[in-house]
Amino acid sequence: MKPRETTMDVSELKRPRRWHILIFLLPALIVYTAVMILPLIETLRQSFYNTVDGQYAFVGLGNFKVLFGDPRWAADFWNALRNNFFFFLIHMAVQNPIGVALAAMLSIPRLRFSAFYRTAIFLPTLLSFVIVGFIWKLILSPIWGVAPYLMDLVGLKWLFAPWLGRPDSALIAVSLISVWQYIGIPMMLIYAALLNIPDEVIEAAELDGVTGWSQFWKIKLPLILPAIGIVSILTFVGNFNAFDLIYTVQGALAGPDKSTDILGTLLYRTFFGFQLQLGDRSMGATIAAIMFLIILAGVSLYLFVIQRRMRRYQF
Amino acid sequence: MSKARTSIVRTGAVHFALIAYTLVALFPVFLTIANSFKSRNAIFREPLAIPTPESFSLIGYETVLKQGDFIGYFQNSVVVTVVSIALVLLFGAMAAFALSEYRFRGNTLMGLYLALGIMIPIRLGTVAILQGMVATNLVNTLTALILVYTAQGLPLAVFILSEFMRTVSDDLKNAGRIDGLSEYAIFFRLVLPLIRPAMATVAVFTMIPIWNDLWFPLILAPAETTKTVTLGSQIFIGQFVTNWNAVLSALSLAIFPVLVLYVIFSRQLIRGITAGAVK
Repeated sequence: MKPRETTMDVSELKRPRRWHILIFLLPALIVYTAVMILPLIETLRQSFYNTVDGQYAFVGLGNFKVLFGDPRWAADFWNALRNNFFFFLIHMAVQNPIGVALAAMLSIPRLRFSAFYRTAIFLPTLLSFVIVGFIWKLILSPIWGVAPYLMDLVGLKWLFAPWLGRPDSALIAVSLISVWQYIGIPMMLIYAALLNIPDEVIEAAELDGVTGWSQFWKIKLPLILPAIGIVSILTFVGNFNAFDLIYTVQGALAGPDKSTDILGTLLYRTFFGFQLQLGDRSMGATIAAIMFLIILAGVSLYLFVIQRRMRRYQF
Repeated sequence: MSKARTSIVRTGAVHFALIAYTLVALFPVFLTIANSFKSRNAIFREPLAIPTPESFSLIGYETVLKQGDFIGYFQNSVVVTVVSIALVLLFGAMAAFALSEYRFRGNTLMGLYLALGIMIPIRLGTVAILQGMVATNLVNTLTALILVYTAQGLPLAVFILSEFMRTVSDDLKNAGRIDGLSEYAIFFRLVLPLIRPAMATVAVFTMIPIWNDLWFPLILAPAETTKTVTLGSQIFIGQFVTNWNAVLSALSLAIFPVLVLYVIFSRQLIRGITAGAVK
């Protein structure tokens, strides 16, 4: 960070109380605090309250106990949590390697049409979940038959199944749709990191005879690890907060048989109610609190452990 | 000689892989738009063919425009997005200016406080946000959405804009002070015009999640008069699951504005991601 200029002392002498600072800060501060921070705190607070015998009362960790252990809640909660981790793992396992590979290819110097590839591959990231969800629902639909037709072209028609409709494959299918949509972000961030590697480093490696694959593995990959770290934490926060795509593709019940239920859809159903289930504010707040803790844990892990270890690679 | 040949082979392989992935990325969008202009029979008989004079049909678009109030939804989305972006840019730039320009007690702390929201999603406060909106009678108004999106966009805007404001020359600002400009005039007349490129980047970053959001319109403003395009197409398409012409046309209508904006802003956006975001 650059040192700030010191000439402010002049105006400080002129105006002992610098009201303009407050006026510059106030609008942002008011909106941000009133609409984001206070509701967040209030939601966390409500996770400790529930209605007991018709009275709204403090129940300590009671809601959490119910969520983790009560048969009416626990099965759904652990199912959603497990699915959410699986959802995240698929993103990490598929999105990052493809993102790195695409970025590595795009960053080849003097590659023709690279701007076109970049623009095209980033396009799905801008589409809304609703569009993406419905498009893929149509493509994978056995009624329309586009997916089996395409697979037939490469002789793989026998592999086709209505993936979105089967409990054992629905979550994988939804995760891959989400990866398809978001691949642009890792691609771009890692691409930028690759471009930021100083030429001297690459030249030195080439002088030492390190080229091609081994150059990528030994020189470039360690240098783009911080970018991969950023991508991973962004993916983590995004995944544990996801809702829209699953709601669009599989509905609020996250079918078939809750096999695609993640914390976001569980929060929606719990807080808002769905069909026969009534909305439950306290349990909704409790699930939001759990999501908050998971995201906070992930972000802290990233900031205090992963990013610190990586710092030595930075220039 | 042999080195030149391997490099040609390698470049060829790279192009092949990139073209293959580009097809994967564009194919679903192409498929939707192409089929939205076809008759029902043609959609099923030859899904991969582009519309020909025989198979061309606008029946899907007619259904969509007759049944859903798409123009109304579109207006709502535009109002919400434009007003939110304007507020995020104005308030964000003001706060960023205060943080980057002045030394005052609590400066760093204030910066950290405002940066919290970059990582913690505003969605987690939904329970209390809805209660707040009910208490202030803002449910089913566009104001509710604008407030939420402004709060959601501010943290990143303050962060990016204050980085840029540190690069604005101090001499310029001090020259302005000597000429007797007030701090407000320095901000609005000297600094703001200089950080326009950064503002454009922030605007694009703020716009995408707002335009595409389904969660808050669904919870805060599901009424017919306040539906956004995203929520409107979600519900609309849900009703027409068996009318393939209508579904494909509704999807194409929803894709279209994004495509146009992307074609206009893609350089700005990509430059923003590859320069400002990673560091």
